[in-house]
Amino acid sequence: MQRIGVFVCWCGSNIAATVDVKQVAETLKSEPGVVFAADYQYMCSEAGQNLIKDAIRDHKLTGVVICSCSPRMHEATFRKTAAAAGLNPYMVEIANIREQCSWIHKDKAVATEKAIILGRAAIAKVHLNAPLTPGESPVTKRALVIGGGIAGIQTALDIAEAGFPVDIVEKQPTIGGKMAQLDKTFPTLDCAACILTPKMVDAAQHENIHIYAYSEVEEVKGFVGNFSVTIRKKARMVDPVKCTGCGLCTEKCPMKKVPNEFNLGMNNRSAIYIPFAQAVPKVATIDPAYCIKMKTGKCGLCSTVCEAGAIDYTQQDELVEEQYGAIVVATGYNPIKLDQFDEFAYAQSPDVITSLEFERLTNAAGPTAGTLLRPSDGKHPHTIVFVQCVGSRCDGGKGKSYCSKICCMYTAKHAMLTREKYPDTDVYVFYIDVRTPGKNFDEFYRRAVEEYGVHYIKGMVGKVAPQADGTLLVQGSDLIENRQLRLNADLVVLAAAIEPDASARPLATKLTASMDTNDFFTEAHPKLRPVESPTAGIFLSGACQGPKDIPETVSQASAAAAKVIGLLVKDKLKGNPCVAHSNEMMCNGCSSCEKVCPYGAITYVDKEFRMPDRTTAIRRVASVNPAVCQGCGACTVACPSGAMDLNGFSNSQIMAEVDAICK
Amino acid sequence: MSDTKRLKEQILAISGVNPRKCMKCGKCSGACPAYDEMEYHPHQFVAMVEDGRIDQLLASDSLWMCLSCFACVERCPRQVEPAHLIEGVRLALIRQQNQNHLHAEDIPPKLNDALPQQAIVSAYRKYSK
Ligand SMILES: Cc1cc2nc3c(=O)[nH]c(=O)nc-3n(C[C@H](O)[C@H](O)[C@H](O)COP(=O)(O)OP(=O)(O)OC[C@H]3O[C@@H](n4cnc5c(N)ncnc54)[C@H](O)[C@@H]3O)c2cc1C
Ligand code: SF4
Ligand code: SF4
Ligand code: SF4
Ligand code: SF4
Repeated sequence: MQRIGVFVCWCGSNIAATVDVKQVAETLKSEPGVVFAADYQYMCSEAGQNLIKDAIRDHKLTGVVICSCSPRMHEATFRKTAAAAGLNPYMVEIANIREQCSWIHKDKAVATEKAIILGRAAIAKVHLNAPLTPGESPVTKRALVIGGGIAGIQTALDIAEAGFPVDIVEKQPTIGGKMAQLDKTFPTLDCAACILTPKMVDAAQHENIHIYAYSEVEEVKGFVGNFSVTIRKKARMVDPVKCTGCGLCTEKCPMKKVPNEFNLGMNNRSAIYIPFAQAVPKVATIDPAYCIKMKTGKCGLCSTVCEAGAIDYTQQDELVEEQYGAIVVATGYNPIKLDQFDEFAYAQSPDVITSLEFERLTNAAGPTAGTLLRPSDGKHPHTIVFVQCVGSRCDGGKGKSYCSKICCMYTAKHAMLTREKYPDTDVYVFYIDVRTPGKNFDEFYRRAVEEYGVHYIKGMVGKVAPQADGTLLVQGSDLIENRQLRLNADLVVLAAAIEPDASARPLATKLTASMDTNDFFTEAHPKLRPVESPTAGIFLSGACQGPKDIPETVSQASAAAAKVIGLLVKDKLKGNPCVAHSNEMMCNGCSSCEKVCPYGAITYVDKEFRMPDRTTAIRRVASVNPAVCQGCGACTVACPSGAMDLNGFSNSQIMAEVDAICK
Repeated sequence: MSDTKRLKEQILAISGVNPRKCMKCGKCSGACPAYDEMEYHPHQFVAMVEDGRIDQLLASDSLWMCLSCFACVERCPRQVEPAHLIEGVRLALIRQQNQNHLHAEDIPPKLNDALPQQAIVSAYRKYSK
C-alpha cells in the first residue's frame, strides 16, 4: 500500500474562489492510502514546496498528489520538489483543478465536487505508479543548419564561435539568400552587400564551419543529440577544389540566353555561371538544362578554356552521411507568384514589377548597373506607383491571410530612395494601413512623406491597364479624399506577399517538425519558446518561422544558436522515461504499432522463446527504442493483442482513473 | 426589431454578404467603372449597410448606377462581394415598392445589337426579380 500525501493549492483566488479547497483536502484525506492532506495559498512558492518536502520526510510518503494548475504549468516544478526530498519524481501526479475545474465552473458546490473527483482519480493512479528512471543518450557535438541566408549564416557563426562544428546545407550554388539580392536596407539604409558579404566570407573561412553549397537534405534519421543526416551534393560538373572562380568559362560559354535567376530573369547569364561576384563558395556551376555539351554532347568550350582543369562533365550527385546533435531550419521565404493577380497586369506588362525586382533594378550589380530604367524601353520612369499588400491580408482565394510584415517598410525605403536619387520623379504609394512597429521604423516612414515628398494614398489600386502610349493607367481609391484616382504611371511596383520556400513542407516531413496551415514552421511555444520546434533537437531561425525583416531575423538566428549551444555543451541527455514497451509474451509481431509510430521508434527482432516439451521457437516481436520514443501512446492504442504499454500511463493506470471518476 | 434593423437583416439575407469582413481597403471602389456616376461608392455601400444608414442608399441613384460588372466581387481581397450587397439593396427597394420594374418578356424588343451580352445578363439580374 502506498503512503500518499495530498496537497491542494488555492492558486490565490484562481482556485479558492470557486473550489472549497479545505473541503477537498478534508474529503481526500479519507481516501485509501492517503496519510496526509493539506491546503496552501501558493503550492508552487518556496513555502509551498517546503510544505511538500517536509510532509514527504515526516510522513514517509511514497506518493504525492498535487491538486493545482495544469501539469503543463508546474508538473516539472513539483517533480523536482519530490526529488529534492528523496522521492522518485515519477511518484508525483497532478490533478488539474484550475484549467479543468475552477476556471470553467461558476457554482462552487459543483466545482468542489468535481475537484474531489479529479483528486480521487489522481490518487487511484498513484497507487499503481512505479518509480521511473530516465535513460541517457550521448550528444553528437556538431550542428546542422539548413539554409544559408542571413538567418542560417548568423546561426552558424554563433555556434561556431562557441567552439562547435557546424555544417550549412544550402540548395543554391552560393549562400547569402535574399539579402544578397537587396540594394540598401531599412531602417539605416546601409548597403546589403556591405554588411552581408563579410559575414559570408567569415562563414567560409571559419575553421568550425563547413558549407555544403548546391546541396540538399535527403534523409533524416535519429533523435535529439543523435541525428544522422544524408546530404545530397548536387553535381556542379565543376570540381569545387580546383575551380578558382576566375569566371573565364562564363565569358567563353556560347550559351548566353539563360534567364538569370539572381536578377529575377531581368537579364541573361551563361549556361556555366557564378551567381554573383561575391558568391560563397566562388565556384562555377553548369546548368544542365541549358549546357550544349550536356544536351547534345558537342561544345565543351569551358573545359578547353579552364586553366585549372576544373570542368568534369561526368560528375554525379554524391550522397554523404553526417552525424549531428542539433538541426536548425533556416529555409527562409520567397515572394509569391503574381500570375493570378490579373488586375495589376503583372503578366501583361514588363513595366509592372515586384519589389524584389525593383531591388535588382536599383542595385549597382543589377541588370541596369543601378540606374532605375523601365524594363520595356530602358527609359527613366517619371511617375512610379507602389502598391502595398498585394496578395497579403486576403480572405481565402488567391492570396495569403497574413500580413507579410516587411513590405510597408521596404516600400517606404524604395519610395524614399527613388525621390532622393531622382527628384524629378513623382512617387505614389497606395496603402491600406502603414504598419511600422519597430525601432526607428515610423520615423523612417514619416521621413519618406515629410522630407522626400512621397504621396501616400489611403486606398487600394483596383486596376492597372497598359496604354497604347506605353504608360500604365493606374486606377485606385483615394478614400480620404473620397475620389477615384486615375494616374498615368511609367512603372508600377507591387509589394508581393511572401511565403515559405516550397521545399519547406517536404523538409518538415523529414524532420517530423510541425508547420502551420501557411507552411511556416511552428514554434514550441509562441511566446516562451519561439526558436524551438516542438520536435526535440530541431530549432528555427529566420523567415521560415514567419515573416521577418533582417534585424528580427538576426535576433532569432542568434537565439536559435544559443539554444543549440545549450544542447551541445551537454555530454548526455536525459530522456523521458514515460516511453512505450511491449510485452514480448503477448506480442504477435503484427506490425500494427510500427505503422502508427510517428517517430520510427519501433523495430522488430527475432527472438528465441521456450515452448512446451523443451522445444524452442523463433518469434518476431516488437522492440521500442526508448531514446526515440516520445511517449505519444499511438502504439498502445493500435496494438490488437494488448502487448504495448506506456510507462507512467499504463492501461491499468488509466482504467483505475476512469473507475475512480465513475465511482 | 427596429425597421432599420429588419431592413439590414433582409439585405444581408438576400445578398449573403457579411459586411464585417470588409477591411476598408477601397479596392472595390478602385476597380469600379461606374465610380464617377455614383454618389455612394461600393465600399460605402458596405460600410453604410453595416452602419444601418440604408435609407440614404435607398434614396440614392447610386443603386441603379452599378453595372453589375462584378469587378468589385472579383477583386475584393476579403471576399465581401459588394455587388451582391448592392443588388440586395436594390431588391429590398423593389420589394418595398411591391413592384418589378421589368418583365422578362419586355426585354427582347429593347435589345440592341451593340449591347454587350454581359449587359443583357446584368439587366435581367437587375430588373427582373
Ligand atoms: C523586396 C524586399 C526588400 C527587403 N528589404 C529589406 C530591408 O531593407 N531591410 C530588412 O531588414 N529586410 C528587408 N527584407 C527582408 C529580408 O529579405 C529578410 O528578412 C531576410 O532575407 C530573411 O532571411 P532568411 O535567411 O530567413 O531567408 P532567405 O534570405 O530567404 O534565406 C533562406 C536560404 O535558405 C535556402 N534554402 C531554402 N530552402 C532550402 C532547403 N530545403 N535546403 C537548403 N537550403 C534551402 C535558400 O536558397 C536561401 O539561401 C526585404 C525583403 C524583400 C522581399
Ligand atoms: S560545355 Fe556547356 S557550359 Fe561549357 S561552354 Fe559549352 S555550353 Fe557552356
Ligand atoms: S507589411 Fe504593410 S504592405 Fe505588407 S502586408 Fe502588411 S500591411 Fe500590407
Ligand atoms: S459591380 Fe457595380 S459596384 Fe461593383 S465594380 Fe461593377 S459597377 Fe462597380
Ligand atoms: S474591396 Fe472588399 S475589403 Fe476592400 S473596401 Fe471593398 S468590400 Fe471592403
